[in-house]
Amino acid sequence: MKRYDAIVIGAGHNGLTNAAYLARAGLDVVVLEKNDYIGGAAVTRELHEGWHYSSCSYVCSMMRQSLHRDLDLSRHGLLLVPYLGTVAFGDDGNTLIDYPDEGAHYLELQRHSPHDADAMSRFQADLGRYAQLIRKTLMRTPPDPASFKPRDIREILFLAKEFWALGERELYEYMRFFTMSAADFLEDYFENDLIKAAMASPGIIGTALGVQSPGSAYILLHHVMGDVDGSVGAWGLARGGMGAISHAIANALREAGGEIRTCAGVERILVRNGTTVGVALENGDELHANIVVSNLDAKRTFTRLLQPEELPPRILERARNFKIRGSSGKVNIALSGLPRFKGLPDNRYINRGGQTFAGSLETMERAYDAWKRGTWSEDPFIESIIPSAWDPTVAPAGKHWMSNFVQYCPPELADGPWTPEKRDAFGQTVINKLERYSPGFKDLIVHMEVRTPHEIEAEIGLTQGNIFQGELTIDQLLFNRPFPGYGQYRMPLRNFYMCGSSTHPGGGVSAACGANAAREILRDLKKPNVVPDDDCYDE
Amino acid sequence: MEHTDPFAGERLKLSPFHARQAPMNLRDAWSSWNSYKFADYYYDAQYEYFCIRNTCGTYDICPMQKYEIRGADALAMLNRMVTRDVAKLKLDRVTYCCWCTDEGRMIDDGTIFRLGDDHYMLTCGSPCLAWLRQSALGFTELTVRDISEERAGLSLQGPTACAVLKAMGLAAIEQLKPFGILHFDFRGDTLMVSRTGFSGDLGYELWIDRSLALDLWDALYSAGEHHGIHPYGEAATNMARLEAGFIMPAMEFNEALKTVNFQLDQTPFELNLGWLVDFRKPHFNGRSALLRERDKGPKYTLVKLDIEGNKPANDAILYADRRCKGEIGYVTSAMWSPAAKANIALAMVRTKYLAGDIFAEIYYPKELRPYRKVARCTVRDKPFWAPARTRQTPAPDR
Repeated sequence: MKRYDAIVIGAGHNGLTNAAYLARAGLDVVVLEKNDYIGGAAVTRELHEGWHYSSCSYVCSMMRQSLHRDLDLSRHGLLLVPYLGTVAFGDDGNTLIDYPDEGAHYLELQRHSPHDADAMSRFQADLGRYAQLIRKTLMRTPPDPASFKPRDIREILFLAKEFWALGERELYEYMRFFTMSAADFLEDYFENDLIKAAMASPGIIGTALGVQSPGSAYILLHHVMGDVDGSVGAWGLARGGMGAISHAIANALREAGGEIRTCAGVERILVRNGTTVGVALENGDELHANIVVSNLDAKRTFTRLLQPEELPPRILERARNFKIRGSSGKVNIALSGLPRFKGLPDNRYINRGGQTFAGSLETMERAYDAWKRGTWSEDPFIESIIPSAWDPTVAPAGKHWMSNFVQYCPPELADGPWTPEKRDAFGQTVINKLERYSPGFKDLIVHMEVRTPHEIEAEIGLTQGNIFQGELTIDQLLFNRPFPGYGQYRMPLRNFYMCGSSTHPGGGVSAACGANAAREILRDLKKPNVVPDDDCYDE
Repeated sequence: MEHTDPFAGERLKLSPFHARQAPMNLRDAWSSWNSYKFADYYYDAQYEYFCIRNTCGTYDICPMQKYEIRGADALAMLNRMVTRDVAKLKLDRVTYCCWCTDEGRMIDDGTIFRLGDDHYMLTCGSPCLAWLRQSALGFTELTVRDISEERAGLSLQGPTACAVLKAMGLAAIEQLKPFGILHFDFRGDTLMVSRTGFSGDLGYELWIDRSLALDLWDALYSAGEHHGIHPYGEAATNMARLEAGFIMPAMEFNEALKTVNFQLDQTPFELNLGWLVDFRKPHFNGRSALLRERDKGPKYTLVKLDIEGNKPANDAILYADRRCKGEIGYVTSAMWSPAAKANIALAMVRTKYLAGDIFAEIYYPKELRPYRKVARCTVRDKPFWAPARTRQTPAPDR
């Protein structure tokens, strides 16, 4: 029977990236995917004829440019298109437009608060400084602070040097930043509530934290540290939807000789004497390999694919308690025309970029309160975008599709499990809110897909539908991700690795987790490294 | 009472499309081209660049020079002037070409459209009536006419370009092959469409009588509304052409007739345009000089470079080693390519050093302060952007 050099479980973008680099290093590698399509949460699906939804992730900013370039993803069909003109909507009907022109942007802020217009440059400089440091860690394996290995000490020194270069004051700022709430952080800069709400909203996306919860400031940074072609904080759309990213990586993988098997769900990982030796598929087949890499989240990997008797109890406890709380839903809507939003001039640049229905800090916090009670708010936070206004390939000409990311949406409801009726009621809440901001919106709806954490977990396997494969809080970041002591992609079984967003640097379509894990695997195999360095070091 | 503009003498000419383009130039980002007021960009240069790569955009080519060459001697005259064999150009086809001085130095490049048996149109970047007159010496059955002012031209480039023209009602436009020409009735006149352009992507150029320019614009923008149509200027076109590996006058080459230091102009071989020089045809301008150049090989060769890192190598000097001792060439155009995700450049490199290592000495600013880095360069044979749709017939919709 055939024996692979490596099996990667899960054809999400990190699993594909990991496999692509292993294949490029000459390994015989197979990626196993339970669904009949690849991509995991970076996926495009035609769920209504002519409409191609990015059903899960919908925009891209963290994708490592160095990996895009090294894997030649452009030649493999990937084009990332930055989009402009995001508008934040306030509870009072006011709007805040993010104009790309600096002067226009200043005037728009000034309209809300002359103070905040001036404070914005300091905010952006500070955030840029924080982001610059974190960006440098994305493609590096976190050092183990308890280790005396020369490599860990070197890496700690690298980080220390970068830290010290920021100056003494910044060290204190960093400590605060990692632990404070997005709302408190913004309080240092801004007075206007809509500006604060708009700037705070990245701090809650994907997390089961509120704008007032400690830790949300880092989530904010996580969402603005990416870039498109060096423009830090910019976001882009993948032409053809997010699946185009996965498909381009898959093409690079196949070109390097790797194999992908769909409809090949893994039932369990085979372990012999503390060493992983392969996997058993749901259909009963067994596949053997020298190395097994899981691209699934840490909780699913350790509690579903491995047997308790094969694991140290401490790890099992960590896995069971791994913070991976579902907090968001997604409503994908096919539209017969472009919706118009109240309070906005009708022009091609700003009526079709992104829409952030932030409301106010208060509204966002109340939405979080509802989540804590096991229900959803009637006035949820929604981050929307109409990709078809930019991408001619995702909907018929003149028709549109709108992605609506909704916070919060509980993984389990206080009144019992999710049912199709409750799911539809959740979707209706979202529609009702959109209708308030865009009268006539409902009449444009051709088709819609409502995804609660229940659907997200059932379809793509993210535990509780957590989009980051685990909360991005300091207890689960860097060398603590997924578990303290296991931050270097090697897991507590021999020949077993993890490569998904449960590992450093965490969630987002960055491909960094998969690439970093490949670098560590190749190191253990004593093979030359084929994973490139990141290209952010001369910033 | 009549007011006269005291600055009338130095105001720029307005394109026939100006009335539509000006309100869209939100940033008043104007520069000039051949005495026309010309947009550097309209809303955002990067946005417009992505229209070319993702949807489609229009680029005003009215300032480009257009000459009508008619008569029984037209072919002979053109064939003596340009380096390519124009006799091979079939009816309703376009060819890219260049022309040189007697010394084989490049004057300009352009396109020749064959519109009838004895009827051609030549387009080029810089005015060249004087050179055309000189090139016509000895031919009698010939008229050369500058039609730049009377013909309006609009380039439509990008993946949805064909879909827009279809929506405009141009029948069978998708069957038009690259470098082909079709004619359509438009408002009682003729709209000429060629599948040509300067973007390296699917694209067309539309040619019409000046009086119908705004009608054409309106028809095109109405048809393109759902296909992402947007005007773009010099900034975006320069990005797109560099990715496609196309040369630009005053960037890659110094027009020979305007060159003071004659060694600072270029030959077609130096510009990697040897394929445009056809020695199988009889005499043409610069032939013997170019034969010598072909046989001994060009001193410099224009190459496409893929440069490590992400700092554009604008104006960089090239060296054969990291210590930067001894220059072997220079970068002519450079940029970070968003589509290719590569740090790209066109560069003139001393031919004999092409096989060895090439390093670029790059200066880049960080918050006002210049920094220096030396980056390894790799020569690439293929364009950085060459999607299949550029060559496909029938042309795809998106």
